[in-house]
Amino acid sequence: MDLDYGPQYDAFREEVRQFLQTHGHRAPDGQGRAARPSPEAVEWQKLLILHGYTARTIPKEYGGYGAEPDILKSRIIAEEFSRAGIPAGLANQGISMLVPTLLELGTEAQKWQWIEPTLNGEIVWCQGYSEPGAGSDLAALKTSARVENGDFVINGQKIWTSTAKQADMIFCLVRTEPDAPKHGGISYLIFSMDTPGIEVRPLKTMTGHAEFNETFFTDVRVPLDQIVGQRGQGWYVANATLGHERGMLGDPDALENRLQALVRLMQKERIGQGCAMDNAVLRDRLVALQAEVAAMKFNGMRILSNSLRGDAGGMAKLVVKLQSCELAHQISALAIDAMGEMGILYHGSEREREDGAWQWNYMFQLGLIIGGGTAQIQKNIIAERGLEMPREPKFATPPAVEQATAVASGQNKGAA
Amino acid sequence: MDFGLSQDQEMLCDAISRTLADTCPLDHVRECAEGSVPFSDNVRSALGEIGIWGMMVPEQHDGLGMTMLDAAAVAEQLGYAVAPVPFIGAHVLAPLALAQGGSEELKAHWLPRIAKGEAQIAVAIAETVEIRDRAGVDFDGAKLDGTALFALDFLEADAFLVADTAGRMHFVAGDAAGLEKVALKTIDRTRSVGELRFSGVAGEALADDGGATVRRLRDAGRVLLAADSLGAGQAMIEKAVDYAGQREQFGRVIGSFQAVKHVCAEMAARHEPCRSLVWYAAHAFDATPDEASLVACHAKSHTGEVHRFVARTSTEVHGGMGFTDLLGLHFWFKRIGFDRQVLGSPEAVRAEAAALQGWTQVA
Repeated sequence: MDLDYGPQYDAFREEVRQFLQTHGHRAPDGQGRAARPSPEAVEWQKLLILHGYTARTIPKEYGGYGAEPDILKSRIIAEEFSRAGIPAGLANQGISMLVPTLLELGTEAQKWQWIEPTLNGEIVWCQGYSEPGAGSDLAALKTSARVENGDFVINGQKIWTSTAKQADMIFCLVRTEPDAPKHGGISYLIFSMDTPGIEVRPLKTMTGHAEFNETFFTDVRVPLDQIVGQRGQGWYVANATLGHERGMLGDPDALENRLQALVRLMQKERIGQGCAMDNAVLRDRLVALQAEVAAMKFNGMRILSNSLRGDAGGMAKLVVKLQSCELAHQISALAIDAMGEMGILYHGSEREREDGAWQWNYMFQLGLIIGGGTAQIQKNIIAERGLEMPREPKFATPPAVEQATAVASGQNKGAA
Repeated sequence: MDFGLSQDQEMLCDAISRTLADTCPLDHVRECAEGSVPFSDNVRSALGEIGIWGMMVPEQHDGLGMTMLDAAAVAEQLGYAVAPVPFIGAHVLAPLALAQGGSEELKAHWLPRIAKGEAQIAVAIAETVEIRDRAGVDFDGAKLDGTALFALDFLEADAFLVADTAGRMHFVAGDAAGLEKVALKTIDRTRSVGELRFSGVAGEALADDGGATVRRLRDAGRVLLAADSLGAGQAMIEKAVDYAGQREQFGRVIGSFQAVKHVCAEMAARHEPCRSLVWYAAHAFDATPDEASLVACHAKSHTGEVHRFVARTSTEVHGGMGFTDLLGLHFWFKRIGFDRQVLGSPEAVRAEAAALQGWTQVA
């Protein structure tokens, strides 16, 4: 066990701290959940790229900083920005999902055209993957793209397209080969959200806000060269980016920050003459969550250390999405309980605490448990890849008698 | 940067795991558990050859002077095999207490013997966590009076180390006048605990350090109980997965049903981060003493919760067979139950963790 990063990394950490001290005041505040970065946020992003504190390993010619990949340096940057409470670089779906995909599978022209403005926050993307009938079973997607006069002509509907209202562009999975097997008939297209035939309708969630949208396509014409990878290869192109999303959702620093906010709330929230922290039951729950957050933090250090050795991460990594989303949800649940009746205040009410953030989090985090691979899909992955348990048998077209048996045994192959 | 066990530590684990696989199969565990004293001479001597009895004894007293992370790695292997041998009390807490506060004579006499596996000192500090049944040992400056419960590695102990109500440790010979020893029978028959009754017993007080030694012993004990639980939990998950991969119902192995698969995934998902927590807590014991008590509390309470879930869930995955004595799964179930309660059940430990952070005046 050696938790030191080593002297050259200490020097690097000092450099990051110096930067934050000198330039930290230029960071935009109140960025919140805005999809389109403010002019200040764009300036800040460019400054961060210039110093290599974001887009660090993306080649210079495509608008990145061009450093050699160094996991520890990336980690130090994340740690120092988090500690200073200063927003790090933009982390939208264009940057976290599209850019890595283009770097890996895009044409030279696509890299030149899209990566730099995306990194700079000048182009905002949305993701067109899920459909009403294709959630966990994403490869069942039906949105079609037929070829007609040198264009793809797209018809269908996507759902959960966050930022679709603000987005300039979409990366979208469509079925181009209707006769090919499920996974082999999909293509990965990129096109402008201004293309005629696209309609975006806000999708209001249980939080009361429309964090997502439904996006409808009616005869949307997209030039044939706006494809990433080959026709029919879209499933494999997209899978490269799904990994990026899972990595993005599980951040142990975020959990620690949530827990610290909860500690402050429980010390501040008055109950009679005392505060919520004086309640032994609430305090017990708090410490139990603190222990779990610690476990996830050290689990993260183990994953980091494994990846330095070139290990994929194994079980330690497979459990991160399931455990950290659940834990974040539990932290918000305790905050609401610690507020007692005050916990129900929302919608900008009198006496509302922290702009209703805990209730919003509690509800939105339930969305995160479901999104990006549901908890049930995560459990399949942990069981099948991590524990090497047998896969669910697949019935192509079950004969009537077998269907009856499946029902009688209480098993539903579509449960996930 | 290297988070985890070193190559040496992994080699140590391999050596212990191979030795236990050879000398400590389930039949042997059962044999020991059904005897009057659970400790296995075979397993003790086989592990002695690897040198683990002296791992926490300082080098100047013929030991190996190893770290708490080394000890945690060993404890995990012992838990994995439900090994019926004394360890946490006799080979970690006892040498730590002696090394920290014992006189030169005590150290010179006992530490080399502990290292060789020739002496066993049981350690009683339960009352520094919680007083039950009005237990507690008073020290009037000369004699010890009162009761100490749950002395660890009790049966066949040659001597005892006991905490008084003021938090000072005392050495007491096994045959001291006025000392009555009563074995306590627990769910876990692979380990031994007992009660010590003192009436005017003359012991030898260890250095009075304001409770610092007791604090260290409690931290160490908690980390190692957590590590033992980690090993036992790992074994129970593996057994559940194996069983689910073999047992057939409705024409399929039950492990292909999501109902079964998902509870196995839940066990693994809750269990895996415990490993890093235990490693870190063990590392902190030596490297960052300021935070050692808090992370020891976290490791102890969290593994207690997670492995209670693992113990009952693994048993359920085994269906009716899991409930029988025949399969022997209950040895792991009970080992986990012991690890959870001893030196503070989760609620008691969390209350202490809250107090350590100034979140409460009471504790």
